[in-house]
Amino acid sequence: MTINPDAKMDESQNGTEIYSTDPLIVKSTYSIDYIHSYAQDSEFFRALGKKKLMGSRCKKCHYGFATPRSHCMMCGAETEWVELPTKGKIHSYTTCYFGSEVFLPQTPFNLVLVEFEGFDSLFMARLIGAEQDDMYVGMPIVAKFKRLQSFSPTDVYFVPAKGSEKKPSAAVKKNKR
Amino acid sequence: MKHKGRKVYMVSGGVTKFAKSTPDMDFRLRVKKAFDYALNDVGLTINDIDGSVASYFSDHFQRQLMSGIMVQDYLGLTPKPSKRVEGGGATGGLSFQTGYEEIASGRMDTCAVYGFESMSHVNTWKGNEFIALASDTNFDYPVGGFYTGYYAMMAVRHMHEFGTTVEQLAKVSIKNHENALNNPYAQSPMKLTVEDVRNSPMVSYPLTRLDVCAMSDGAAVAILASEEKAFEITKHPIEITGIGTGTDTMRLADRPFGKVPLLPNEKPSDYRDLKYPGIHSFRAGRSAAKEAYEAAGITDPLKELDAVELHDAYTSSEIQTYEDLGLCKYGEGGQFIEEGKSKLNGKVPVNFSGGLLACGHPVGATGIMQGVFMFWQLQKTIKKHFKSDKLQLNNPKRGLIHSHAGTGTYVTVSIMEVPK
Ligand SMILES: [Zn+2]
Repeated sequence: MTINPDAKMDESQNGTEIYSTDPLIVKSTYSIDYIHSYAQDSEFFRALGKKKLMGSRCKKCHYGFATPRSHCMMCGAETEWVELPTKGKIHSYTTCYFGSEVFLPQTPFNLVLVEFEGFDSLFMARLIGAEQDDMYVGMPIVAKFKRLQSFSPTDVYFVPAKGSEKKPSAAVKKNKR
Repeated sequence: MKHKGRKVYMVSGGVTKFAKSTPDMDFRLRVKKAFDYALNDVGLTINDIDGSVASYFSDHFQRQLMSGIMVQDYLGLTPKPSKRVEGGGATGGLSFQTGYEEIASGRMDTCAVYGFESMSHVNTWKGNEFIALASDTNFDYPVGGFYTGYYAMMAVRHMHEFGTTVEQLAKVSIKNHENALNNPYAQSPMKLTVEDVRNSPMVSYPLTRLDVCAMSDGAAVAILASEEKAFEITKHPIEITGIGTGTDTMRLADRPFGKVPLLPNEKPSDYRDLKYPGIHSFRAGRSAAKEAYEAAGITDPLKELDAVELHDAYTSSEIQTYEDLGLCKYGEGGQFIEEGKSKLNGKVPVNFSGGLLACGHPVGATGIMQGVFMFWQLQKTIKKHFKSDKLQLNNPKRGLIHSHAGTGTYVTVSIMEVPK
């Protein structure tokens, strides 16, 4: 027999969390595991485990990218992998006291954009070992690598170089123009 | 770039009051309210609309894909042509320009551009996470993805490069929140002091809570038309005389250090030592302005613009944008606000509506909201729509609207004018 007028749909015992009945507002959850390929950027993440910070340089126009890319945005040619120096300078900085939900437990944290001698573009990273008032544009900083790799750009981070304390002469400029 | 298409006019607009949360209405009903307001204002019906553009940023906020078609269907515009346009924070401006293109190309004689965002379905910090996913997820997002942090680094560099001060940033917040006191659509009108802004919680140095716009639920609609249709629909259409769009690298770290693309009112000697854009300026904003000015025949923006509605998601962005738009030279943005040049009674009122800081920023609606407020301003119908004429400028002839995506990746500039 395939016909069953008494058929009943299975019901869940899980229940639903409700925030309000008018309007009716319910909780709905969504989570996913992505199979994320670093594709042409893979070498950067692998190299961090060997304590190497990799950038790239255009084979044709020699523009140096401190954040690697496999093709040059200046001329369109292919680039090659090159190792960056581990010493750089703060190009700009901030301290985040709030953040995206996943990073809230880590606040406050410092973000820096790093400039390297011989490279034309910058690299974004965390800086530890200094507070908001300690950082300044031009501050010498040094790359450090995590021992246990998580294959994230945070496998590299920066600390202040020895003797990089702010000098009183680095005072604020008044409107220049 | 010269635009060779047909003339394009805005004939009507509608906006819902932006709010932190409006759970009694979903995005479809919110757009419907703004749409009906716009239709009724000029006595149109849905039969008069040839097609549409849907403007919204994120599918994450509601976990609903293809929200655009749901609005199209709710408004009764199926089976007419429509498409969704997306470009982060500039989604509204890009959609407005897509509507312009639909008319200019001759494909449509009337086009409804509708924008919306429902950001209240997740908490603020989850919302920030969704927005940060609009940064490079290999290199930037995992480091501490937070857009306020990215803009803060730009602000710090602007301060370093030009001597801009946190007090000057605060003055933008004070101006915009105060303008909003007379805008009934604004989410957070208030009277503030420099101390209020500086003493509010630090979000990302140097930006405090009052230097940053809020997340909102909201919708906005602009109806555009060809010349012939426009004058049939209303005696007072507003012409869109130029559009411009610029782009820049997704990663702040990749921004080049080159030369400033000059506007007609600038010369190379103005910027001899300036490495541009670096991270202190929005090159896409400058490119967008340059293209729009060429199309509209503007050579001295400060003199030739009577009002500006620009994307002040952060107070620092407003100062940076004065410079991109050539209202002052690069480096003079701080002084520009300090001297009150962008105030309601200043040289060129900027964000008379209260801007994003005080009106709110339901992303896909924002750039269209600017268009609607500017439309009413140029039509001189502020009193009718705001129930007060305090924000009505004396005799505005030409306005600029400016929409902007994450750290200046996409920027649009559109020029609106009272027809001669
Ligand atoms: Zn190259």
